[in-house]
Amino acid sequence: MFETVAFYTFSILVIGMFGIVVFSKNALYAMSALAGGMIFISGFFFLLGADFLGVVQIVVYTGAVMALYAFGMMFFDATRDVKENIRFKKIIYSLAILSAIFTIFILMAPIYSMRIEAAYPTIQGVGNVQMIGLLIFTKYLVPFEVAALMLLAAMIAGIVLVKVKIEETPTNIEVARGEK
Amino acid sequence: MEKYLFVALFAPIVGSLFSLLFTARKKNVITALVTSGLLLFSFVSSLTLLFAVHDGLVLHVKLMDWISAGSLNLPFGFIVDNVSVIMMVTVTLVSSVVNIYSMGYMAHDKGYNRFFTYISAFVFSMLILVMSDNFVGLFIGWEGVGLCSYLLIGFWYEKESASWAGNEAFIMNRVADLGMLMGLFLIYWQFGTFSYEEVFAHVGSVNVGVVTTIGLLLFIGAMGKSAQFPFHTWLADAMEGPTPVSALIHAATMVTAGVYLVIRASDLFMLVPEVGHIIATLGTFVAVFAASMALVNRDLKRIIAYSTLSQLGYMFVAAGLGAYWIALFHLMTHAFFKSLLFLGAGNIMHAMDDELDIKKMGGLFGAMPYTAILMAVASVALCGVYPFAGFFSKDAILAAAFNGGNFYIWFALFIGAGMTAFYSFRLIMLVFFGDKVYKKLGFHPHETYPFVLWALLPLGILSTVAGFFEKPFEEFVTKVLDKYEFSMAHSTELGLIFLTSGFVILVIVATIYKYAKGGFSKQLETMPLFLLLKNQYYIPKLYEVAIFKPYYALSRFAWKQIDVRIIDFSVDMIAKILYRSGQQSRKMQSGNLSDMLRWMVVGIVILLAIAIFYRPMV
Amino acid sequence: MITLTHYLVLSGILFSLGIVGVLRRKNLLMLFFSTEILLNAVNVGFAAVSKYYGDLSGQIFSFFIIAIAASEVAVGLGLLVLWYKRSGTIDLDSLQMMKG
Repeated sequence: MFETVAFYTFSILVIGMFGIVVFSKNALYAMSALAGGMIFISGFFFLLGADFLGVVQIVVYTGAVMALYAFGMMFFDATRDVKENIRFKKIIYSLAILSAIFTIFILMAPIYSMRIEAAYPTIQGVGNVQMIGLLIFTKYLVPFEVAALMLLAAMIAGIVLVKVKIEETPTNIEVARGEK
Repeated sequence: MEKYLFVALFAPIVGSLFSLLFTARKKNVITALVTSGLLLFSFVSSLTLLFAVHDGLVLHVKLMDWISAGSLNLPFGFIVDNVSVIMMVTVTLVSSVVNIYSMGYMAHDKGYNRFFTYISAFVFSMLILVMSDNFVGLFIGWEGVGLCSYLLIGFWYEKESASWAGNEAFIMNRVADLGMLMGLFLIYWQFGTFSYEEVFAHVGSVNVGVVTTIGLLLFIGAMGKSAQFPFHTWLADAMEGPTPVSALIHAATMVTAGVYLVIRASDLFMLVPEVGHIIATLGTFVAVFAASMALVNRDLKRIIAYSTLSQLGYMFVAAGLGAYWIALFHLMTHAFFKSLLFLGAGNIMHAMDDELDIKKMGGLFGAMPYTAILMAVASVALCGVYPFAGFFSKDAILAAAFNGGNFYIWFALFIGAGMTAFYSFRLIMLVFFGDKVYKKLGFHPHETYPFVLWALLPLGILSTVAGFFEKPFEEFVTKVLDKYEFSMAHSTELGLIFLTSGFVILVIVATIYKYAKGGFSKQLETMPLFLLLKNQYYIPKLYEVAIFKPYYALSRFAWKQIDVRIIDFSVDMIAKILYRSGQQSRKMQSGNLSDMLRWMVVGIVILLAIAIFYRPMV
Repeated sequence: MITLTHYLVLSGILFSLGIVGVLRRKNLLMLFFSTEILLNAVNVGFAAVSKYYGDLSGQIFSFFIIAIAASEVAVGLGLLVLWYKRSGTIDLDSLQMMKG
């Protein structure tokens, strides 16, 4: 009963939040709604018993990603309404719905034909975080390290891209030369 | 002895390849000397083989495997037996003489080096044809000589008539070769092999109807190569080529390949006398038909060409009646005197600045006595006057016709012999005697180079004496070929000989007398019969109307309607569709990221749809 | 009773919301937001499947997806800032240089 109530509550909240993100004209509203939606998503994770994932979701998205967006937003004029000329509305909605339906269909098909089996089944009595740790440091060690490297590279890239003075970029030098 | 075989076979191609290097260069006597030397070398080797074969040797060598596919196993095999060695000697002898002769004849031609390349290549192909031990090898040689013939007829390709004649010869031969090819397929289908030996060993156990078909199909090929009716028109037009070529290819060797084929496949033709009868009948027809066209023609070379046709007819009569050795004998003697005749004609042409109309000559004896004597010898031999070569071989053919009870054939050939005598001496009289018409026309004829005349001498001698080898020849050849028994009484035979010889000599004397008196009146030339003969029975016209024009119309239709309207159109259509679709889809590349994303999602949806709905056929 | 289907339908709804955002928005920042929505929609699906099949692979996958999202944001925002400095706008229609 609790689960049902929680699921529907979170669902409505998440859809509402993301709806604001997608349709809002104000960037600030959109960002705030996105942060909220992210936190509500973590609620699903807790509901599903994926405690670690839920924590990561909150920490990474609301802590890191949204903070980044917030800082990024400072470069732009966030208070102004975003003006967009939007065309092909019908096509967009039908494409979105079609692709969602197809994706779900693909996901459901093997499940309903009961053809998937658990490759790494959960063990009774072992907590979720422990299990994840076990898997990450055994089976998924290499991807994990690669992901770490990737994050490092992304961090450096982010810093360099934002920090480098605009005059020194190669394209700009070319432009400058062309103007001379 | 194998090395003699290989020398005989490969010396010409070596010469050909050597002079090929010089084809783009200016005249270089070395090419002529080298090719002549190698051809002589080949001749000497062939002669050595002739003596060896006479001592009982039969060479059968396999050079290498050529095609091995499934049950088909085709080696490059060569056989030198009593029949092929005769052909080898004849071919190499005549070609050597012609090659040396050409050094004089072609001396001022700008295609000098090219000419010798072709001649040697031709000899090589002819030797392949003659020496092969299977039908496919024969066919390769067959096509090889056809190609060289085409190249040499169209040697002066800048002349439209020459290239036209070359094409005509090539295409006509191709039509006939289709028959030959089908015959070969049928042989393989029935016997599973192409080897002469195996085919002839099993030919008796095969359905007679099939053998008849094979025989007929092979004979169609032979008809094309030997220019028998209805494929005869190309031979007269082939006279557009240089005269030595006419002597070598279109008199002595290539055109006799058809006869050689019938002789080679004699074991097959023996089993189906009906086909033999058809061959003999057609040969008779051509013998008289061609001779009649020679009666009125004014073109020096064409007269000799028709004479060749007629003599080929004689050979086919002999072969069709089963007298294979006689056919081969006539083939050999004919090669000698007919090439001599052609080469003599070449001398005249040279002296007369390529003038061919015999009415414009006359009285040339004074200017070129040696040529005149040689040509007279050749003509007498052609007519079959004792003791010249033609007497023996031609008489034997007539006797064979009489012996077989085919009196109508005999009678036709008898008339043909009379015609031969008439046109030969008409030519001699008009060219060498009578009024010196050429003086009015401003020609200054002169005798050719001495070495050329010396080169002709062997042919002259052979034309004279070859007949006396009849008996040894018969013995030699019938070791391989079937014997031909004369069943008639000796007295009858003698009577026939006297009858024919008497008739021929009478005609000759009458001709000489008539032309010495000034020839026939002009009125004759308006007679319908004369016109009919002069226009070659209107057969070229008929071909033009019945075949060329409809074919031209058909080709034109195919070009204008099918090629342009359908094939070109559809090809253009593809290009246009691609171009249009490119033009249209170019709009996709607007450079706008939003549009790109939209297209990406469209792609994703399509891929997902395929993933869901597409089920591969199991 | 909430079943797997409920979660997957939710995931689908969120996914289409994300796609609508990607296709509809012209503001580059909004485009990034929509991408985040897409990724989160998938994460929900993975976690749900993981739960209902007792297999942790789904959660691990989600974990990596979050890592990728974080990197993407870092690099993407860097580029975005750079672009803004150069052109003074973050409108998608200003990115027309790849016109064929």
